[in-house]
Amino acid sequence: MDLHGTRVTLHDMSLRDGMHPKRHQISLDQTIAIATALDAAGLPLIEVTHGDGLGGASINYGFPAHSDEEYLRAVVPRLKNSNVSALLLPGIGTVDHLRLAHDCGVKTIRVATHCTEADVSGQHIGLSQKLGLDTVGFLMMAHMASPEDLVKQAKLMESYGANCVYCTDSAGYMLPDDVTARVGALRAALSPTTEIGFHGHHNMSMGVANSLAAMQAGATRIDASAAGLGAGAGNTPLEVLVAVLDRMGVHHGVDLYKVMDVAEDLVVPMMDTPVRIDRDALILGYAGVYSSFLLFAKRAAKKYGLSSRDILVEMGRRKTVGGQEDMIEDVALDMARAKK
Amino acid sequence: MRIKAAIIGSGNIGTDLVYKAKRSARIEPVWLVGIDERSDGLARAKAMGMKTTAAGVDGLLPHVIADGIQIAFDATSAYAHPANARALMALGVLVIDLTPAALGPYCIPSVNLDKLVGTREMDVNMVSCGGQATIPMVAAVSRVQPVEYAEIIATVASKSIGPGTRQNIDEFTRTTAGAVEKVGGAKKGKAIIIINPAEPPLLMRDTIHCLTQTAPDIEKITASVHAMIHEVQTYVPGYRLKNGPVFDGRRITTFIEVEGLGDYLPKYAGNLDIMTAAALRTADMFAEELERGTMVLEPRAM
Repeated sequence: MDLHGTRVTLHDMSLRDGMHPKRHQISLDQTIAIATALDAAGLPLIEVTHGDGLGGASINYGFPAHSDEEYLRAVVPRLKNSNVSALLLPGIGTVDHLRLAHDCGVKTIRVATHCTEADVSGQHIGLSQKLGLDTVGFLMMAHMASPEDLVKQAKLMESYGANCVYCTDSAGYMLPDDVTARVGALRAALSPTTEIGFHGHHNMSMGVANSLAAMQAGATRIDASAAGLGAGAGNTPLEVLVAVLDRMGVHHGVDLYKVMDVAEDLVVPMMDTPVRIDRDALILGYAGVYSSFLLFAKRAAKKYGLSSRDILVEMGRRKTVGGQEDMIEDVALDMARAKK
Repeated sequence: MRIKAAIIGSGNIGTDLVYKAKRSARIEPVWLVGIDERSDGLARAKAMGMKTTAAGVDGLLPHVIADGIQIAFDATSAYAHPANARALMALGVLVIDLTPAALGPYCIPSVNLDKLVGTREMDVNMVSCGGQATIPMVAAVSRVQPVEYAEIIATVASKSIGPGTRQNIDEFTRTTAGAVEKVGGAKKGKAIIIINPAEPPLLMRDTIHCLTQTAPDIEKITASVHAMIHEVQTYVPGYRLKNGPVFDGRRITTFIEVEGLGDYLPKYAGNLDIMTAAALRTADMFAEELERGTMVLEPRAM
């Protein structure tokens, strides 16, 4: 694979997707320490919000230690070069949250929908573009749509005003060929001025390999997370990706030693449990289930005396999509009853 | 004698309402109003002997008095509702609003319809599908003891969500959260909607979380939830308690499933069915008052 001389924008997820394994309890001090260290390491873009995006504070997804506004107002003014992005899932967050993020100094808004439901993102993408923000459409669980269907949805987001569209492997299910097919189709179909991005999860240990496949197929924005802190087995580990990109001669502008130190000195010590490919995280990738379900399934398994792996497989069998965390206890209750 | 009604909007909701109203003992659907000559709903209504127009509400207005229309259902859009309501109320027609316009007071039949009847309201709003399915469960808890926070998650089949809702999904979350507070009785409300494209389409399902201010009275709340389920089932037979109520500290969670009757819409579209069924229930109740003479309609300016 020859990527020598190409350019890529790296986007850190540890303070957004990383909220999932931290049950949204990252402190303001930790947030500031990690964000400023990533800034010093040269990360162009850092995402900061509740794990489920703006307005995600809820019983369903977890109440955070601090509001989106508190996190954003703590981080944005302290950064010298990095910009901050915020995620928004229509149906959870609203344009009111978007305006708030804009007011806090967020420069990138990423509007996320399930990969077949892009037409709920029109008002949010439209407003973000109108506010002059870098506007990204984020098609989640992209393994559930064929490359052709993904193109149709991406074109909708592009028509609403997105200047970048992501192929998002929320379940960590994709293998490199799946990524190549989808990103390649997006690159061929969208306007040359529309960027393509890829967001990976490491459930099948494919984070780095899939990111490279995406870049080779035309993606120029890649999500990764310091120490991999993210849902499931985490996101593509940032420091590993940076090391690989260095060896391949890709221009990314990030200092390898500094991101290694962020991962080792700041992120790993605050992990509640190691973010790794345990059997539950592996089954997420194997069965194509939304990565954020992991801890909810573990808790429900404990409460109702079930196997978390069985719960996750059942969630996959019922064709659940991102955001259906409420279904986990419901499924566990059904399974517990069936066991009796 | 049945009270004569007009249905504005010949899309999925309006056409489903035609089928339900045809079975009503108190309501006689006389007019179906559309804006598209070729609409399937208008063709079906015509075949059932109803009067139809494709000229929008303006096509209906000249006939309101002559045909004795007393109740109108507005199944158009939040954008069109204010003008429709103004024109109809000026002719003394009671308007039941199935759009998310939320101009008039919210109505969840099992919770506050009895209070709305007799207030001389001429425009009542049916909130949203998610609101109709979940607010009864919030009220079931809040009528036992104070609810500090309630949160509802509505999951609906992709095929059951039309372009109007999709273009303005924020309206759903805002209106529903507002009604969780105002009608459900929670101090603070939150609403989340998830759209699932699975095939075959899934039934509408809802999760309702309540946080009580003090330790929940498990026995009383459980009894109240079951009583409320029965109450909703009187107008939505496919409304079912799937699991719960689950008690976890101050959190009370119920899991609901809504299967439609399959009139015009397929059975999985319980979210649309619960709207039309609740609207008809509301109309029936007002019709009963009109028949009894305890309610008199008169022209009203908005």
